[in-house]
Amino acid sequence: MDDAAAGSRIDAEQVAKVAALARLRLDDGELERFTHQLADILDHAADIEALDLEGVEPMAHPVRIVNVLRADEPGAPLDRDEVLSQAPAAEDGQFRVPPVLGEAP
Amino acid sequence: MSGAVAGVDPERWEVVIGLEVHAELATRTKLFSSATAEFGGEPNTHIDPLTLGLPGSLPVLNAHAVELAVRVGLALHCTVQRSVFARKNYFYPDQPKNYQISQYDLPINADGWLELPSGQRVGIERAHLEEDTGKSTHVGGGGRIHDARYSLVDLNRAGVPLLEIVGRPDLRTPEEARAYVSELRAVLVAVGASDGKMEEGSLRVDCNVSVRPRGTEELGTRCEIKNINSLRSLGRAIVAEAARQVDLIEAGERVVQETRHWNEDDGRTHTLRSKEEADDYRYFPDPDLVEVDPDPAWVEQIRASLPVLPAERRHRLAERTGASGETVALVVERGLDDLCLAAIDAGADPARTLTHAEHNLSDERSRDLDPAAFAALVRMEVDGQLTATQAKTVLAELVDSGGDPAAIAAERGFEAMDTSELEGLVDDLIAAHPAEWQRFCEGDGKITGFFVGQVMQATRGQADGKAVTALLAARRG
Repeated sequence: MDDAAAGSRIDAEQVAKVAALARLRLDDGELERFTHQLADILDHAADIEALDLEGVEPMAHPVRIVNVLRADEPGAPLDRDEVLSQAPAAEDGQFRVPPVLGEAP
Repeated sequence: MSGAVAGVDPERWEVVIGLEVHAELATRTKLFSSATAEFGGEPNTHIDPLTLGLPGSLPVLNAHAVELAVRVGLALHCTVQRSVFARKNYFYPDQPKNYQISQYDLPINADGWLELPSGQRVGIERAHLEEDTGKSTHVGGGGRIHDARYSLVDLNRAGVPLLEIVGRPDLRTPEEARAYVSELRAVLVAVGASDGKMEEGSLRVDCNVSVRPRGTEELGTRCEIKNINSLRSLGRAIVAEAARQVDLIEAGERVVQETRHWNEDDGRTHTLRSKEEADDYRYFPDPDLVEVDPDPAWVEQIRASLPVLPAERRHRLAERTGASGETVALVVERGLDDLCLAAIDAGADPARTLTHAEHNLSDERSRDLDPAAFAALVRMEVDGQLTATQAKTVLAELVDSGGDPAAIAAERGFEAMDTSELEGLVDDLIAAHPAEWQRFCEGDGKITGFFVGQVMQATRGQADGKAVTALLAARRG
């Protein structure tokens, strides 16, 4: 894979944005390395896109099974104290987390 | 339809409203795990490995949630289709997996409609399954998000099944928006999918508002309003947001697409975050879950098991009684239509029956009224054995303690007043109040009430007001 092809699929700026969305901090070397790796993955996807798939149903899952369901029956909950004892911080039976800016999307 | 929104010039602007309603489904357990889905409870007691996003935990879909989703979809005339669960990726402590499992390009229900009491049909784009999030409480800074020192997280609600019902932008006024939510709630409750309690958060409404010059087709830039906790807030938020957008455009500025937060205290909407930045959720099919492809025979079975829905009940009652749309809507909303229809079947006059249902049967226990007794009461009234006032009294007692209307009437001494007795009373009154009678004869309509009131007082309410008015008119000649 040459650099020109890699650059045509994804650039460092896009990788930086995806990294920010995934809460990953990348240094310049990593940014360059992952830009190449992601471009390779996209190239592989492009190879598949180039195939003639006329009449082939899209798959959402590699295994062809549907409707895996469970009955609506309650099971035993986890013990709260045990769970909270493993959290970095807890208070009043709740997880204590750093102040959150803004509301959930 | 006037299409008017308070504070917005209806000649110049049209307000376009589309609602997204999240309904918590009435299952016993969560969407993908067996922790209880019950409301409330001590914080973090409804938790299991999946709720906590522990490594190695895997989701398995709740069959009952699928059934309830299909029930709602069919009630909303949607196509029930093959669907796929997708991960909506974002970081927030109220969902520890760091993604919410939802449905994206293939929702379980697509393309339906909801008919409002006015007859208006509002399009439904989709109604898909997804997980609810936990609850966070902000501590310090007076509970305000931006000044908080830290937040506390309770995951009891995380993973509770939600049906997100996305309506098309077919609504134009706060009244239509409120009617839509009320009707949707009635349908959800009727099919047993949700308890519909807005105050407990089992029904949550996000509201998309945009404005456009009246007469144009292209939709304006919309804002999504969150934190709407009641039907009243919904109406107020729409009015405030529409006015804000019109003011911006008229001042030569433009509306920015964003999510805004309704503040009940100052009656305004405030910027929460801009859409462009936060909306990159990187959806992809969840590899831990397989497709849901409901068997058509099973879907038909569910269709056959649905109750008669509010819109059809309104049509049925209107057809049978010829009553106005508003009366019919109110009677159906109170769940009194079956009672009324049974009473009419038993020989009650349809108009009188509905008048009672509308004005005298607001008590919830009215639904348990014996239709035969109700019909007998209406017959006594129509036959002139009871006045309207007396009938109302007997009806209240029937609701309270049941029994036979004739016996109750007799017990209370309600007997139809003899015409000659009433004539005597009216003549005595005319003689005793010559000045008032003079005014009546000169055409002062307001004085009629005085005479009727005097007769009612003298007969302790047993006289028929209409008969008194007729007698007075006859005496005037």
